[in-house]
This record gives sequence, structure tokens and C-alpha cells, in this order.
Amino acid sequence: MKSRHNKLALFVWLAVMLASVLVIAQTRFVADLSAFMPKVPSARQQMLIDQLRDGAIARIVLVGIEGGDEAERGRLSRLLVSRLAHNPRFTSVQNGDSKTQQRDQLYFFNNRYLLSPAVTPERFSVAGLRTAIQDTLDAMSGDVGLVVKKILPRDPTGETLQIVDQFIGESQPRSSNDIWVSRDGKRAVLLLQLAESGLNTDAQATALDDVRQAFASLPQRHADTRLVMSGTSVMSVASRDTIKSEVERLATLGTVLVVALLLLVYRSLPLLLLGLIPVVSGALVGIASVSLGFGHVHGLTLGFGTTLIGEAVDYSIYLFIQRAGGNEPGHFWRTIRLGVLTSITGFAALMCSSFPGLSQLGLYSISGLVTAALVTRYILPGLMPARLNLRDLSGPGLMLQKGLDFLTRMRWVMAVVLLAAVAVLVFHQQDIWSRQLNALSSISKGQNKLDAELRGDLGGNDMRYVASFSAPDQESALQLAERSRRVLQDLVRQRVIGGFHTPDELLPSQASQRARQAALPTVVEARQRLVQALDGMPLQADRLEDFLADVVRSRAQPLLSRQSLQGSAANVLLDSMLIKRPNGYLVLMPLQPIGEGAKGGEIALDKVRATLERQQLGQVTVIDLLEETTAIFDSYTHEALVFSSLGSLAILLLLGFTCGWMQAVRVTIPLGCAVLCVVAIFDACGIQLTILHLVGLLLVVAIGSNYALFFANKQQLGSEAEQRQVEVSLVVANLATVTSFGLLGTSSVPVLSFIGSTVAIGALLALVFSAMMARIHPRAHHS
Amino acid sequence: MKARQIMRAPIISKTLAGLAVLLAAGLCQAAELSVADLMQMLGQKKSGTATFVEKKYIAMLKQPLESSGELAFTAPDRLEKRTLKPKPESVVLEGSKLMLERSDGRRMTVALSDRPEVAAFVESIRATLSGDRGALERFYTVALSGAAEKWQMNLTPIQPRMQKVVSQIRIAGSQAQVRTIEFQQADGDRSEMVITSTSAK
Repeated sequence: MKSRHNKLALFVWLAVMLASVLVIAQTRFVADLSAFMPKVPSARQQMLIDQLRDGAIARIVLVGIEGGDEAERGRLSRLLVSRLAHNPRFTSVQNGDSKTQQRDQLYFFNNRYLLSPAVTPERFSVAGLRTAIQDTLDAMSGDVGLVVKKILPRDPTGETLQIVDQFIGESQPRSSNDIWVSRDGKRAVLLLQLAESGLNTDAQATALDDVRQAFASLPQRHADTRLVMSGTSVMSVASRDTIKSEVERLATLGTVLVVALLLLVYRSLPLLLLGLIPVVSGALVGIASVSLGFGHVHGLTLGFGTTLIGEAVDYSIYLFIQRAGGNEPGHFWRTIRLGVLTSITGFAALMCSSFPGLSQLGLYSISGLVTAALVTRYILPGLMPARLNLRDLSGPGLMLQKGLDFLTRMRWVMAVVLLAAVAVLVFHQQDIWSRQLNALSSISKGQNKLDAELRGDLGGNDMRYVASFSAPDQESALQLAERSRRVLQDLVRQRVIGGFHTPDELLPSQASQRARQAALPTVVEARQRLVQALDGMPLQADRLEDFLADVVRSRAQPLLSRQSLQGSAANVLLDSMLIKRPNGYLVLMPLQPIGEGAKGGEIALDKVRATLERQQLGQVTVIDLLEETTAIFDSYTHEALVFSSLGSLAILLLLGFTCGWMQAVRVTIPLGCAVLCVVAIFDACGIQLTILHLVGLLLVVAIGSNYALFFANKQQLGSEAEQRQVEVSLVVANLATVTSFGLLGTSSVPVLSFIGSTVAIGALLALVFSAMMARIHPRAHHS
Repeated sequence: MKARQIMRAPIISKTLAGLAVLLAAGLCQAAELSVADLMQMLGQKKSGTATFVEKKYIAMLKQPLESSGELAFTAPDRLEKRTLKPKPESVVLEGSKLMLERSDGRRMTVALSDRPEVAAFVESIRATLSGDRGALERFYTVALSGAAEKWQMNLTPIQPRMQKVVSQIRIAGSQAQVRTIEFQQADGDRSEMVITSTSAK
């Protein structure tokens, strides 16, 4: 009967393992950090943030060439452009040379009658021409006279000025010897646009490698010159690489450490292998469940796999050590079951999180732990040799008991530590919660600094304020952009905003282009009107033959399309503002603050919104990305606080119902102290807590409750020798947990290190406090 | 986001170049024949205001274009040119920043460090007004003629980039007063600014 049960269990186990392996073989693994970025409540905000992360803006790569002298950097910059210009992985390669600049200038100058918002029939009437030309002459007499003088023969109505006007007030890259250089002149700077979207990290990585290789192979390159790159793609490729290598390192090291620990305790290879069975089974089922539940598995979830090793191995440790001591299994399994239940309760709270990464982690841990526990319960005993040749642990056991006895006597220390922790939290004034979204990003400070520098060099400001809308097609998108532009222009005049950009500045809607063409007079009309308009002015009509020729040409020229901008720098800008999406177009219009005065860096968005609303442009949404992300982050920290508290409460209730309220309180006090102390330690070290620290604290409660339970479980107490076995197994299990989480704590990926360090410190404290508080003193028991 | 600057860069830089040339206004102090003495006299000026009338002689136009307004200089580095006719606009140079404001209220600010050629113009004019010979000679070959009562300083640009726009700047004055500033442009056009001091310290 029993052996048939065993066979059935073994069969089920093998079948599940096989199924898991099959599922895992089909699984897509991802490694970007987006899973650990909160999902934004509104679809539009999500779309915007996605755009910044994966869209056209994320395709821009900022490149710097450092070292050597200016001439060398300039030479390398030009060579690099020529190497990359025909690489299909890049849609734009620019270093500010006059060739590209001319292409842009020509686009704006040659197409000025289609591009200028000022072109109307009135402007080309006699009176309109007179006013426009007088304005141009006035401008010539003023501070920008030298420029205006150049365009006068072909553009006396000053349409080019109208276009240039839209770009006034921007900071620009500094040029030296015909290429862009950094503000301090110590770096040549370039701007690349990748062909592939941010969703394809592999293709982006290949393109970035192309840049590095092209640079490395430039002829006669001075050895001290170097290439630096930044941009969303560079950062996401870098963080993906970090995560990949971290996951590999952690998995390997974690396995090695736990194996070493178990070998030290068991001194037996068969036992070691048996002990790893629940761990491996748990990991396989965990990955397979996440794959089935989410459609893909995040690399970081795998990273947490090491922690599962730490927890799942506990069960077999308890089993072997206590079995070798000849403990009564019934009580033992009851305690294990309770331990698993409390852990599951904790992880279940994670599953409710809005962070996709955390809910993956919850599912992974629950399925993994349940599997590990079931395998330990139903498979391991059948595989175990009848007589366990565990090395005699009574020596260390005795020493351990002395230590624990000492701890129990030192119970008052707990009160002191607790007081100290409370004092730290009360008197340390810093906000214990971090509100920085990038606290979770694995980008190094150095990389962030470089990014800020390169952005400054290229004159780009942070995209903080954005007005956006979507439209079914390009034409309606551009028409709505034109209406928005008129409103935004008013806002600039009222000094509500400092500046803005709309896509129609670069590519007007077909309707506007046609209307502008229709507004242009025929050559006969134009000549006639010009003569009348110039009457009494210092300019003669016969000097403006080129102007007439341009007007005639513009009347009949083909309308501008996206192709007309191909290869120009303006195209990169247009790509970031007019974005094609699967079902329509998304328009992003960056708004710049006034930039002066105390609140110069901010825009009163309510005024912008109200004005847009008044002009029947309610569909244009205006958002402050900084505030938006901070607010979202706050709300998620809040959410995490709620679910952690609920999780902890559920664990407490579970303990109360299963082993009585007195017992529950005995178990809870050390856990509460451990949590408080961890928070105090972080606070004292000046580390602000993030949502992931909070998750770590929840895990401290979930894992730590196991220790407290074993210590406090009366039924398990038999002879002193038996109690020693329990204690040895607890300490070994704790060491395994602290080791695996501690390892995570050393990771350079903040997501991993935050949880790792929290749990490692917390679990250790939970064990010590449990020993002090929950442990029933043997002597007390016997007396 | 960065691309938008590309087309404007040359236009604006030339704008500013032109602008900076026109800033050459001042109300300064006397000198003798040597450059050193002239600079020393000019350098004693603390502040001053003046009116200006500027005429631009342009080949395409039958008559010169005229503009007028006010100038204010505060040592060591603030210079303001406020044009009143034909269109109000103003330019303020302060430290390493150049701020432009137009009649419609739109403003733009340019950091001189970003535009070496504009810095050449601006720095030389400011250098003249504050009597900073070193700064002046970094960008120009300086030739002085005449006597303290009626002197003329010819500045010839050293930078090839600037030579393409301006071939010579002629500043004339009497004692510590700058009376006229004339720009000879490379294409043959020229402008002439006549300055009348209204107050000086």
C-alpha cells in the first residue's frame, strides 16, 4: 500500500518535472527593467511612458569622442560619420557638419512657402506684401540685420524668419571647426538615430556594437581617444547585460554556497543530492508556472531563484537532521506545513502587486515552495535510505544550545535594541521612503552623469512637459497639431510657457500646404502687386526677380511628405513628435517652461489645460512626466505598504488560528522586532526605503515565522537531544537563507540587492530574536 | 529633440554675429596716441548712457536703413542696446550671456561660450568699452591713429570665420567718448552708428 503510494507520487512528480521542462523549453526570457517599473493607471500615460522608453526618443543615441586633441577628435568624428552613414541599422548619423546643416537649411529655405504659417492670400495682396516687406526691412535695420540681408533678394516677405521664429529660444550644440563639440570643448559629439525600436534590445545592442567596432577600427586612431555613448537604448542594453551576468553569477554562486554549506553539515554526497531534489523541482515548476501565467519569464525572477534555493533547501534540512535524530514525523510535518502556509501567505500578497515583476516573483515563489514542500513530504522519504548516516551533530549541537541558552538569558537585549531602533526612527529626520523612481534603475551614477552631460552638449532638455493626442491618420494628426500650435503660441505670448514644438512646423498638413499654395499669386499678379507694394520704398521690384521665380516654383511644387525630410536632422525631430502606431498616430509636443524666476522651471499646467479646453482642444492631454512618475511611484509605495501589512496580518491570523493566540504573540514579537530593526538599520545608514525593501520586509516575516514556529512549537520538544536537532537544523536553514539572500544583496542590480540585503539582515535578526523570545527554555520545561 | 537646432545654428550664430557688431556702442574715456593709453582712459569709465542713430548702407537698397535708440554700459561687463525705431527690440549683454527681446515679447538667451565667433565680436566690443586690451587683441589686430582729441581705432578680425562677415571695425572718438562705430562688411555693405552721450560716470 505504502509503496504503491510512493510509486504513484514518484510518477506524478516525474510527469510534472517533464511537463515543466517542456514548458521552460518554450519560454521567452526577458531582461529589461520594465517589469520592475510600475504600470501606469491610465492608458494614455502608459502610452507616453512607453514612447519615452521604446519610441522614437529612445532610438536616439548620444555619442562623444574624448581624449586626443581637438583636431584628432574632429577627424575621428568625421570618419565615424562616414563609416556609419550607410549602415542600415541607423536612420540618421550626424555630427553637425555643414553638409547636414545645409541639407536642413535647404529644406526650410526651398520649401518656405509651404512651411511658413504666415502664408495667406492677404499676405500676397498689395497691402500684405507692403507690410511684409516693410517688416523685413525693419528687421534688417535691427539687431538681426546681417542675416535678413542675405535672404532679402529671394525672400523679401521674410517667410524664412517666420519659420526660424518657431525655433527661437532653444539651446544649441556648440560647433567648432564645423562639427559639434561639448560645452567645455573637450569632446566631439554626435547624434545617432537607431533604425530599430527600443522593443528590440538585441538589434539595438548590435547597432551599438557597430558603433564601437567602427570607432575601434578607425585608421591611425590615437590610443588615448575613446568613445562614450548614452541614451535610452545604451542604458537598456547596459542594464540588460548587467542583469544577464548578475543572474548567471548569482545562480552559480548561490548554488555553490548552499552546496558547500550542506556538504559541511551532511558530509554525504547522496544526502546532498537528495537535498537538492526539492530545490530543483521547485525551481522548475516555479519557472514553468510563471511562463504559463505571464507568457514570459523575467531574468530578475530567475535571479530570485537563488533565494528559493535558500528557502526550499530548508525543508530537506529540517527533514534530514530531525529524521536522523529520530523525531516523530507527525509533529514535524505539521510545523513544516504551517511554515509553508505562512510563506505562501506572504508571497500571495506579492501577487497582488501592480508591479508585473513582483507578481511574477510571487507566483514563482508560491509554486516553487509548494512543490519543494510536497517533494520533501512525499518523494524524499521514499528515496531516503532507511538509516540516515548523518554525521553526528551532537557536538556542534551542544555548543549551539549553549549559545542559544545564552541568547535566551539575554532577552533584555532585545528590549534595548528595540528602544534603540525606535529612537533612530524617531530622531532621524530623513524621509524613510525614497520617492525617486530611478532608485530602482540599475544605471550607474557615472552613466547618469555622462547622460546629463551629453544631453547638455547636444542642447536637448529633459522631456518633462508634453502635450499629446492621438489621431487616426497622419493628415488629421498634423491638422490637429496646427490647431494646437495656434493655442500654444498664445500661451507663449502670455508667458505661460516658454516654448514648444509641434510636428507641423516641420511638415504641415497637406490641407495647409495646399491652402498656402493657393494663396500664392501667379507670376503676372505677383509682379504687378510687387511694383505697387514697393512704391515709395527703398527697394526696387527688378531686384526681386529671384523671389518671383521662387513663388512660381512653389505654386506648382509637389507637396511635402515625410520622404522630403529624409536624411535631414529635422527628420529625427519629426520622428520623435509624429509617431506611427499600429492603429493611428501619436503626437507628442514638448513644452518648455519659461526658465526664469523662482518657478521658471515649472509650467502651470492647469492654465494650459484650461486654454486648450476653451479652444475645443480637450483631446490634447498635457502631462508633467516628472510629477506623474513620482505620483505613480508614491501610490505604489502606498499600495505595497497596504499589501505588506495585510500579508503580515494574514500570517498572524494564520498562526493564531492554528496554534493559539499566546503562541502567535510569542512568534510575532520577534518578527516585529526584526522588521523594526532592519528599518532602523537602513535609516541609520542613510538608505531610503523603496517598494522593494518593503517586499523584503514581508519576506522577513514570511521566512522568519518558520524559525519562530520551530522554536515555539511545544509538541516538538522531546528530549534535550531532540531539541538540539531542531536547533541545529534551524540554524543551518537560517544560514542557507542568509547566504542566498546575502548574495543577492551584493548584486549591482538594485532590485535584487534591495530585497537581498533586507531579507538577509532580517532573517538573521528573526532567528536571534526568536531564540531570545519564542524559544521555550529547556530547563523551564523540565522543572 | 536635438535636431531642431541644427538648421538654426548657422542662421542664429550669424544673427548674433551681426548683432554683436552692432552692439559696438559706448561712452568711454579719453586716450592719447598709444593703444595702452587709450585703453587706460577707457577703462576708467564706470557707467554711462547714450543715444544712437545707426545707418545701414546696403547695395540692394536705394536709401540707407535707419534705426535709433538708447545705449547703456555698466562696467565691467553689462551692455544694453535698446532700439526704439523702427521696431522696439533690445539686447542685453551681461557676463557671458546675451539676451534678446523682441517687440512681441519673445526672448532668447545665448551663452557666449557656446558661440566662439559671437564671443569674438562681443568680447572685443566689451573689451573696448572696458579698456581691456588683452581681450581685444585676442580677436583683432588693433591699429590706432590720430590724437587724443580725435582718435580712430581700426580693428581687423583675426578669425577667418569672422573675416568672412566683417572686414574691419572702425571706432572713432574724442578723449574718453566713443563717437562713431563703423562696420565694414565683407560684401561691401557697411553700417555706421553715431553715438551721443547723455550721461557718464
